[in-house]
Amino acid sequence: MDSALFPEGVKRCSPKVFLLWSLPWLALLAWGGLSAFLCLWKGLNQTNMSNIFAFALWIVFDLAVIALGAGAFFTGFLTYVIGRKELKSIINAAVIIGFICYSGAVAMLGIDIGQPIRGWFIFWHANVHSMLTEVSFCITCYLMVLAIEYIPIVLENRQLDKVREFHLFGHNLHHVMGVFAATGTFLSFFHQGSLGGMFGVMYARPFAARWDFYVWPTTFFLFVFSAIAAGPCFTILCTKLTEALSRKKLVPDDAIQFLAKLSAWLLSGYLVLKIIDTLVWAGTIVPDSGLGFMDFYKEGPYGVWMVVAEIGIFGIIPAVILMIPRARQNQGWLITACLMNCTGIVLNRFVFIILSLAIPVMPFDRFWSYLPTWQEWGIALAMMGYGFLLFSASYRYLPVFPREKELNPALYG
Amino acid sequence: MSAKQGHEHGKYKYGMVINLDRCTGCGTCTVACAAENNLSVIKDESDKERTISWMQMYKVTNGKPFPDTEVCYFPRPCMHCHNHTPCVSVCPPTATKIDYNNGIVSQIYTRCIGCRYCQAACPYHARYFNWWDGHFPKGTERYLSPEVSVRMRGVVEKCSFCHHRLMRAKTQAYAEGRRELEDGEYITACTEACPAEAIAFGDLNDPESKVSQLIKSPYAFRLLERLGTEPKVYYLSSKDWVRRLADNYHPNEFKPL
Repeated sequence: MDSALFPEGVKRCSPKVFLLWSLPWLALLAWGGLSAFLCLWKGLNQTNMSNIFAFALWIVFDLAVIALGAGAFFTGFLTYVIGRKELKSIINAAVIIGFICYSGAVAMLGIDIGQPIRGWFIFWHANVHSMLTEVSFCITCYLMVLAIEYIPIVLENRQLDKVREFHLFGHNLHHVMGVFAATGTFLSFFHQGSLGGMFGVMYARPFAARWDFYVWPTTFFLFVFSAIAAGPCFTILCTKLTEALSRKKLVPDDAIQFLAKLSAWLLSGYLVLKIIDTLVWAGTIVPDSGLGFMDFYKEGPYGVWMVVAEIGIFGIIPAVILMIPRARQNQGWLITACLMNCTGIVLNRFVFIILSLAIPVMPFDRFWSYLPTWQEWGIALAMMGYGFLLFSASYRYLPVFPREKELNPALYG
Repeated sequence: MSAKQGHEHGKYKYGMVINLDRCTGCGTCTVACAAENNLSVIKDESDKERTISWMQMYKVTNGKPFPDTEVCYFPRPCMHCHNHTPCVSVCPPTATKIDYNNGIVSQIYTRCIGCRYCQAACPYHARYFNWWDGHFPKGTERYLSPEVSVRMRGVVEKCSFCHHRLMRAKTQAYAEGRRELEDGEYITACTEACPAEAIAFGDLNDPESKVSQLIKSPYAFRLLERLGTEPKVYYLSSKDWVRRLADNYHPNEFKPL
């Protein structure tokens, strides 16, 4: 029925199967739509956020998907600026994943602020000292860059490509993609960093506070580093999931292995810096605040196990697996390591957001707990539904994986 | 840590001194503040994580069992931090500002986008988000102060040191041909209402003012002083255990008086 829209000469499932596959994601979107309506209509009282947990599930999701979406800018940088040719087979997928992550995050932020209609005040009355201003500027600009990077992929659709103007426009965009990749890299560096800086500058919250390096707290650099370490792994995971579901090989091993190896080195470098940062923080900022390291890990369920899990289990172990060539060449180990790496970065963002707010600073203050409402889950999970839908539709109708036919000779003869 | 050197310029620096030895925890300051500043109520006021109380009353004890138990109340307004004010520097649309001419940290409700970053940055929990539309039970709307704007849903609010009273005092002084305010001419609603006269308010830059005299006391302290936020709210307590509770200390670090 819709086969005329498929990329030239490839096979896709029937519309019925595609619709069945889309149903759960559409259901998530409907749940999210209802939640968003309630939050916009009735207000943020629909959530379990509070004056203590000013940031909660949505910000954790936002920061997590933005970090995982870093594969887009980093792969773009490696492909177009550094000139790694083998990554051309995965760059489209990386760009789409990035676009999904960033557009979803911006949509969630639009609901998360109490006065969404005033969102533009950040740009109009910009406080240049605020890390969140830097985040807002860079994310908005980078989302535009991602849209520009996504457009040529959309225009490569078999039917759209027949329109001469679209064909020429898309073709010309391809030629200048290096400029956008470089712009995206610049913007991403600053917003990934500023997201970390947001917490490091909160000097009156000793758990989050970090000392400055030039004008940025160390969390600025740690967030950039961790994002480029985990982003490529998330791109690998999405590609592998698509391969598993479509039962096709879509990306050659050299591209996957290159990204995995790069992740291993970046993750290792990040972990060294993270451990140094944690030790110096524990030896300076913590005692200066009159507290001890363990004072931060005695509230509710947030024990020292979180440090062990974040740095050890979901940091060092995936770094070691990805570092060993034989291990990362093994499909099972590769996926396990990528999953662990991504879990580690999500945990890192969770710790910086939730723990920073949950741990009381005043000695007579009490510990508060927080559990999201169904509306909060609805909006967060709708982002996932949106991601699955857009990526599935892109795979079905666009040449996301340009070497699909070549890599599946048995299927395409 | 990035607690940068604050601005010391500005003629006035208004501050508050709360004598905890005198405070009975009656809550009059909290009520007076709420009435003066048109604080909205929510349907379930037991939801303490989301109620709005610019002058929050904390009850603390010395942790000892009966009969050695001692209780103290900590009224906690906004600290109007003077040094690198944590909430001011983080606010993306510049909706909160510190006026170094008087030291007051203000909130511009119509500019606040409700991102709540300021709440995350404030260690005193002095900032409140309007989770619901402003609600004033039937009849109470007649008692709203015309000098203070009510707040809309989705914005953050906090103690303003009754800034409108400063405006009122200034207007009065100008009308009388004066350019300077006398000590005590501008005081907050909580200061005025406290039946035990536990709260004093005035210019910390004026060495003759009552507050300047009071903070010379060895019993004077501020909340979380070692973080370097330079709060302009001081407390007085002759009890070591109360002063000990105002900040985090390492074992054997606190020096009793």
